[in-house]
Amino acid sequence: MQDRKIPLAWLLLTRQPLRLLVAIAGICFAGILMFMQLGFRDGLFDASVTVHKLFDADLVLVSPRSMSSISMSGFPRRRLIQAMAHKDVIGTTPVNWNFLLWRNPQTLSTRAILALGFEPGSPLLIDPNFAEKAQSLKNSGRVLFDDLSRQEFGPVPEWFSEGRIVETEVAGKRVRVAGLVSLGPSFGADGNLITSRETFLKLLPSNPPGSIEIGLVRLSAEADHEKVLRSLAASLPNDVKVLTRQEFIDFEKNYWRTSTSIGFIFTLGAAMGFVVGCVIVYQILYSDVSDHLAEYATLMAMGYRLRTLFGVVAREGIFLAVLGYVPAYLSGQALYALVRSSTKLPVAMDPQRTFLVFFLILFMCMASASVAMRRLVDADPADIF
Amino acid sequence: MPLNFANDLETNVPTVQIDGLSHWFGMGNTRKQVLYSVSMKIDPGEVVLLTGPSGCGKTTLLTLIGALRRVQKGELSVFGLQLRNSRRKTRQIIRRNIGMIFQGHNLLRCLTAEQNVQMGADLLKNLSYRKRRKLSRNWLVEVGLEDQMEKLPHDLSGGQKQRVAIARALSASPRLLLADEPTSALDSVTGREIVSLLKRLAIEQKCSVLMVTHDPRILDVADRLLKMEDGMILPVVE
Ligand SMILES: Nc1ncnc2c1ncn2[C@@H]1O[C@H](COP(=O)(O)OP(=O)(O)OP(=O)(O)O)[C@@H](O)[C@H]1O
Ligand SMILES: [Mg+2]
Repeated sequence: MQDRKIPLAWLLLTRQPLRLLVAIAGICFAGILMFMQLGFRDGLFDASVTVHKLFDADLVLVSPRSMSSISMSGFPRRRLIQAMAHKDVIGTTPVNWNFLLWRNPQTLSTRAILALGFEPGSPLLIDPNFAEKAQSLKNSGRVLFDDLSRQEFGPVPEWFSEGRIVETEVAGKRVRVAGLVSLGPSFGADGNLITSRETFLKLLPSNPPGSIEIGLVRLSAEADHEKVLRSLAASLPNDVKVLTRQEFIDFEKNYWRTSTSIGFIFTLGAAMGFVVGCVIVYQILYSDVSDHLAEYATLMAMGYRLRTLFGVVAREGIFLAVLGYVPAYLSGQALYALVRSSTKLPVAMDPQRTFLVFFLILFMCMASASVAMRRLVDADPADIF
Repeated sequence: MPLNFANDLETNVPTVQIDGLSHWFGMGNTRKQVLYSVSMKIDPGEVVLLTGPSGCGKTTLLTLIGALRRVQKGELSVFGLQLRNSRRKTRQIIRRNIGMIFQGHNLLRCLTAEQNVQMGADLLKNLSYRKRRKLSRNWLVEVGLEDQMEKLPHDLSGGQKQRVAIARALSASPRLLLADEPTSALDSVTGREIVSLLKRLAIEQKCSVLMVTHDPRILDVADRLLKMEDGMILPVVE
């Protein structure tokens, strides 16, 4: 019975193409704003753990005094040897972690770079090609440079690929680039380098030789990670904290989420987009209903129910949401690509955000539509005679 | 009283039955009576014309019959359904069975002639989209607009718009047509044509007609002529 009808909502909307275009542009703008703000927020949190995600570890030991990657405290390296005693632990890697000053070999200006020091013989990263590159670190004073580091560290990857010998200073001491790795800048670090513990301790002589910042623990394939974690936590002194790989990642993300206003700022930005969108959609729908009030009144006089007319306005809201969302989504994709290439932040369209923004836009349109519907009640069919 | 569905309204009652209907506009000091105990009756199939000087309450009476205003005092029943203290649903059923033709035609600007007519046909239950569409086209052919179906009201002349409005009113198979000065915006030839068309179609549909007009040239289409003055219906002079 209630099958096909004239697409009244659509025809009402498209009657004034210019106004429709303004509406779509407005919603689209709000959508882009939300995509960008939420994208930056999640991207920054993700970016804070670019390096964390690359470690070859099942469990990670850190000092309980460590707050985040930019303020790591040391703990005795012995704890790793003690952890080895557990039957499920098949390997460990002690890692030093600190920020050192890197001199740009071209401009000679200095900048803090995240330096990781480890034993070149033991596994550090999941990347299977890494072990071979690590061999070159066995000579003292050699470093592997992260070719995704920001430009400010100098044209190191280019020079190295050209076959030049790249030498510069780290923490005031001469080093030579022995190879390139790909890690990626993170929120706390604009660039990274990897070196041997021996070189690391030479660059940073104040670091006590028996102290490390993180300890990577690898477990046998059949081990129950949670169980091993509990037993290690129980047996090791409380100058170390045992985390799973995921907890290690979350520990870093949480720092940025809770101890900085980044989350708040970007969420606020997204909320602004939402409010702006609401105002625009409301304006458009309200003036649309007002413009067509006589026509709505005519329909009521003809015997259409108020509910049917509410439905027309609601459908206008849905059309606006979809029409505004599609270009917002496409622009979002394009802008994400731009952000990725210019800032190297891992910003991408994930399904969760895709749905969230669509839902917000739909909500925005429906909320505005339901307020605009109130105007319909003013349509007095007696006025049109 | 049990509510009837649109299709099985009783047919052997007067289409409109009015007894002692009074109406006021405004509140308090500015309250002003515009209808004084009006009584009248329209039988099924009757064509009644209503004339009278400006401001005597003709439009008010029409909107009351059309269930567009609340009845304040007196009895008013349409298709046997009492309108005083009526429920929203009752008013909606009555409106559905009334075709209204307004002075300002009131077509939907964003719809073509055909779509405008179909907004009327869409009120019919139990008809498929195809049938409703066909019905609308037939009505446009009936009013002589077979070549203008795809045009927007903007591109139609006054007479053509009024024809579309008639087709729209008739496409919902009304049992009563209410027309408020449907010819006032038209020249006399077109006006005459429109009124004759209305009458012919109404007779074919067994539809009662109540038409307000100032136009003395069209009085002859009426079965009955009612004169109004100062909110009262004058006694009929044969
Ligand atoms: N909404 C309203 N509020 C207040 N007064 C009204 C309203 N509508 C009509 N009136 C008054 O009621 C009286 C009757 O109006 P009505 O429109 O019924 O007259 P009419 O017979 O249709 O006149 P016309 O021939 O000029 O259309 C007029 O004096 C008018 O001023
Ligand atoms: Mg009038």
